[in-house]
Amino acid sequence: MIALLASLLEQGDGGSTDARVVVYRVSLFIASMLFLVGLRMLTNPETARRGMQLAVVGMVLGVLGTLVHREIVNYWWIIGGLVVGTVIGVPMGLLIPMTKMPERIALSHAGGGLAVALVGVAEYIGGHVHGRFAMGAISFEVLMGAITFTGSLMAFGKLAEILPGKPMTFGGQNALNFILLGGAVVAMIAMVLSPQLSWLFYVLVGISLLLGILLVLPIGGADMPVVICLLNSYAGLAASASGLALDNNVLIICGALDGGSGLILALIMAKAMNRSFTNVLFGAFGSDATAAAGGAGKGGNVREGTVEDAAELLKIAQNVIIVPGYGMAVAQAQHATRDLANAMSANSTNVKYAIHPVAGRMPGHMNVLLAEANVPYDQLYELDAINDEFQRTDVAIVVGANDVVNPAAKTSPGSPIFGMPILNVDQAKAVIVLKRSMKPGFAGIENELFVLPQTMMVFGDAKSTLGKISSAMKGGGH
Amino acid sequence: MTIDHILAGLYVFSLAAFLGYQIISKVPQLLHTPLMAFTNAISGISLVASLLIAGRESKSLLIPVLGAIAVASATINVVGGFVITDRMLKMFKKKGAAK
Repeated sequence: MIALLASLLEQGDGGSTDARVVVYRVSLFIASMLFLVGLRMLTNPETARRGMQLAVVGMVLGVLGTLVHREIVNYWWIIGGLVVGTVIGVPMGLLIPMTKMPERIALSHAGGGLAVALVGVAEYIGGHVHGRFAMGAISFEVLMGAITFTGSLMAFGKLAEILPGKPMTFGGQNALNFILLGGAVVAMIAMVLSPQLSWLFYVLVGISLLLGILLVLPIGGADMPVVICLLNSYAGLAASASGLALDNNVLIICGALDGGSGLILALIMAKAMNRSFTNVLFGAFGSDATAAAGGAGKGGNVREGTVEDAAELLKIAQNVIIVPGYGMAVAQAQHATRDLANAMSANSTNVKYAIHPVAGRMPGHMNVLLAEANVPYDQLYELDAINDEFQRTDVAIVVGANDVVNPAAKTSPGSPIFGMPILNVDQAKAVIVLKRSMKPGFAGIENELFVLPQTMMVFGDAKSTLGKISSAMKGGGH
Repeated sequence: MTIDHILAGLYVFSLAAFLGYQIISKVPQLLHTPLMAFTNAISGISLVASLLIAGRESKSLLIPVLGAIAVASATINVVGGFVITDRMLKMFKKKGAAK
């Protein structure tokens, strides 16, 4: 690397190339490449960790390279920020439980949005924005950054249940949002035409902050995966805009990667729910389309079983598929689930896990929880990979999943979830559903699965129920 | 800012977006949560812009203060994001792999 730097320096004509500028530019270039290679290595669980380590090297290089920049004259504010950030960031990263991952991701999007928005505001106030294009990019950056900031705080509040998870709606809500969005666009255009209108800039900041709150307000808990992904995407787009305005390629590249990944994940989530973006973002309006939990509704013939009944059924089963859902995360039942799977494996039963793309509150939520409980990842199957196997399965165990196994998605065109791809749990020879109670959830979508003749409901806290089934299996001998 | 600068920036954005789309589509569902934590950490590279703002000479105190807050928020994401991605990736094991 030193040789490379030296050769670049020699090419500098007439000594106009400052060594520090070269170090800055080259380190950011290397950082960008390391991020790309690291991301590529993240496509395989075998190489993922090494990929991440490459990205860490890239980040350190980028920061060190920037610190030698000629414009930096005062290091105290920098040191203060770095120390505060590290003191908060490290314990947060180390201590947060895996079940709280959606909250933590939402919170970090808020931090990312805030950082980018502040960069935009400071660049504008400091008079470092030159030209109409840069002004447009900065305005866009501030808009997206501020929406991400307040929107993610709202998402965090809903996930952490500080705010009610239900969609919050009021008359004229969508109209108000469109007016505000229109106002923001008009303000952006006006800023490009006359960049000196600083009051307008602050109006834009204010509208953006308000928009973030209002856009997430009507979105229910079960739709959070899509929202988190979209906010991820917004944060990325804001960073790219900032890179365009500041002529900084590493920002453009990282922003594009972040924006792209958020968008792809949001598309996957929306597809897995058979919903369009517009429906997710504005559909909660006066409807009950969002469903975190449902009940059997009109109380068909529910067959309730004891843990002993469940254990007897599992003892004779050859093939078992476990279907986890958000309820498993709420009950923190991932370890108990693994224990039961181990007990069954010891009984030479073949155990697999079926993971629906929208099970849980964020993409990959179930996978992370089961990995935490030491479930080998080659036992985790995606929807398409396992759906044909249910008909050959003796017992399917549903742990806190509801909508993703609701046959109404296939059979009743009137259902809000009709058309959503579901796991074919209803095709298994027997189904055990672990659920807290028969009480319908706030959305109250009926789930025919619970009243099928082959379904046995075992009520109670999933964690303790699973534990009791495991010990009943072990206690009963073979 | 000249048209060349603007176009160069747009080239970089388009190519990175295309490449990112190709790579990220290949990330399995299994790793989607670590992917979010990872992209979140690397988007903390906005830190480099915050560093310049916090450290640049400025007449008003407001700008370095805004910069320092931005540095702190971005650092939380970078440090926390990498720590948490590592914690998650460490957990993914194949059958038979040592605990």
